[in-house]
Amino acid sequence: MDDLDEMNSPVSPISPQKRRHHDLSQDDDEDEDALAEFAMDEDGDQDDDFDGGDGEDDDDVDIDMGNSGVFSPVVADRDRDKTHIVSFTVHAVPAIVETQTREANHVATLLGTQPEHAATLLRAFRWNKERLIDLYFNDPDATSATAGVILDSRKQPRPLVVPGFVCDVCCADDDDLLSLALSCGHRFCVGCYGHYVETKIKDEGESRRIQCMQRGCGVIVDEKTVEQCVGKDVLAKYKDLLLRTFVDDSDFYRWCPAPNCQFAVECHVTPARLARVVPTVTCQCGTTFCFGCGATGDHKPCTCWLVKKWLKKCADDSETSNWISANTKECTKCGSTIEKNGGCNHMTCRRCKHEFCWVCAGPWSEHGTQWYNCNRFDEKEAVEARDHQAKSRAALQRYLHYYNRYANHEQSAKLSQELHSKTEKKMSEVQANSTLSWIEVQFLRKAVDVVVDCRTTLKWTYAFAYYLARDNQTALFEDNQRDLEMAVEQLSELLERPLEPEADKIAELKRVVQDKSVYCSSRREVVLEDTAKGLLEDRWKYNTDAQPAGSAGPSGGGSSSSA
Amino acid sequence: MSSSAKRLQKELAEISLNPPPNCSAGPRGDSLFDWVATLQGPPGSPYEGGTFFLDVQFGPEYPFRAPKVTFKTRIYHCNINMHGQICLDILKDQWSPALTISKVLLSIASLLSDPNPHDPLVGSVAAEYLNNRQAHDKRAKEWTQRYAR
Repeated sequence: MDDLDEMNSPVSPISPQKRRHHDLSQDDDEDEDALAEFAMDEDGDQDDDFDGGDGEDDDDVDIDMGNSGVFSPVVADRDRDKTHIVSFTVHAVPAIVETQTREANHVATLLGTQPEHAATLLRAFRWNKERLIDLYFNDPDATSATAGVILDSRKQPRPLVVPGFVCDVCCADDDDLLSLALSCGHRFCVGCYGHYVETKIKDEGESRRIQCMQRGCGVIVDEKTVEQCVGKDVLAKYKDLLLRTFVDDSDFYRWCPAPNCQFAVECHVTPARLARVVPTVTCQCGTTFCFGCGATGDHKPCTCWLVKKWLKKCADDSETSNWISANTKECTKCGSTIEKNGGCNHMTCRRCKHEFCWVCAGPWSEHGTQWYNCNRFDEKEAVEARDHQAKSRAALQRYLHYYNRYANHEQSAKLSQELHSKTEKKMSEVQANSTLSWIEVQFLRKAVDVVVDCRTTLKWTYAFAYYLARDNQTALFEDNQRDLEMAVEQLSELLERPLEPEADKIAELKRVVQDKSVYCSSRREVVLEDTAKGLLEDRWKYNTDAQPAGSAGPSGGGSSSSA
Repeated sequence: MSSSAKRLQKELAEISLNPPPNCSAGPRGDSLFDWVATLQGPPGSPYEGGTFFLDVQFGPEYPFRAPKVTFKTRIYHCNINMHGQICLDILKDQWSPALTISKVLLSIASLLSDPNPHDPLVGSVAAEYLNNRQAHDKRAKEWTQRYAR
């Protein structure tokens, strides 16, 4: 039963197709290589073991040392799984079809039924094999009845000529009339079945829940029967719809959101874990998107629910009212909103002609002759009013601080298209002015990619920071953020600088740009790794802006957004 | 003859020969796809004694698509609005090609006996049905007297 073993784990989380979205430059890899080996040598005693050991031997060494129990295994950084990267698999359509078939066949063997019935059962249980098998062995009849299946191997639907049969739907009673009945026994002519199924598929987009034509009969028309009664193009559409429902129903699959992309990504991050993990995945077509919320682009380090919150905050005009409360006062008599745009503190409401002092909001008549100098400044009421205003002003400024930086990086990342074409031009210039080949000038393009990636990350770090409470962890995070930002700005500037045509200058430029991009990449890695670990360990404390209702906070938001 | 025409002819024969209780139906004129039906208000309901006329339109897709059935006589009922549109599952997503017009008429008759106020088309009537059944029945009787005699 070799096959069976394979079926047991058809969706292993790690597979050879596993792709990492992040690509460190070649040089960087080599550096790490050297570092790692150096570190091993430093360990001393075991030198002999390492002699001549190259990358392939590393695994054996780790195991040996693990067994000895004396030394903790030395794992090179590049071999360690990075916390901020989730493993995922990209599947093409044939592979998904095959997975479905395999699952159906497996369940069919277990339950001793036909694969098409097993598939119907699985669809009813949203491909949750364990739950299906569990419930099925508890109560086979009820389980299959709710799924719309009658498991009876003797009743295989196939077109038959039944003497004396009259189709209830079209009232045909020809002697050679072919008719079909599902396992429920309700018999109709093949033509009507075809027409019915076609209407369901083409007009209603229905696939997995096409029921028997008999009113009140919940038996599902299985794949085999559909194949027998519709034409080629309708069948193709039916199969396509079934495939869609398979991916849509499964918690572990998601279609690539890019237009016309035919790939689906498999990733084993459950909705409940979204508060702690940001599952960014990259499709074979190059589109990067979040497996959790389906948004395109990489929104690390913000979790899906923070992204949702932040985008909502940026989109709605809650900030308008914030501005109003920070910059205006209400007339103490009629309540009109007043913005002071110049002049002295002696206010006269345009609506009710009430005269009052802007500073203390008290009536102007009580100020006597001490114009332009409010002596009631420190009285309780005035202090409170000022406090309130200061608070809302501070909140607004805080938001604007983060928003401006967020928007700035977003804008810069958007301009990358332009930068790309500019760089393209620069690359040909470099080629013309030096002996460097096409391959050798690719460093510029790589650097632009690094800048774009880093800016996307930076953008979301600002949204993330907006929701963080002030503590030491946040201070550390902001240090990392600042380092990354500085590095990115420097690299950005290097790329924007006009090219100096001398050969030695170009060599210098190449060196500097490569150094900087490697540094940027590593700073980005630091930020992402630190935040990802923090999320996993629940280290980040969010401020009140982030709490939707009580302490339900992150987990509540995460699970509700996935529902 | 198209399959829908054949089926309609069969249904016509059947409903003429063996009509369901309190119902009748048949083509309005020459077209086999345009019928008129009548329903007698079910005994024991506030609609008792009334005769309700209905329009039945069969599309070319019949019986794979539900026929369009509307009341032509005004009726005070929480699942039937002032345009005569009927909120009934088998006329919408629960339609099955194996249903016939006589089964549909029977279902509508039973809807008159037992309104479904929890899935109403006319919210105010449903609310009255639930909160003040007497007033509802009185109004329904009045409407039956006024429009369905």
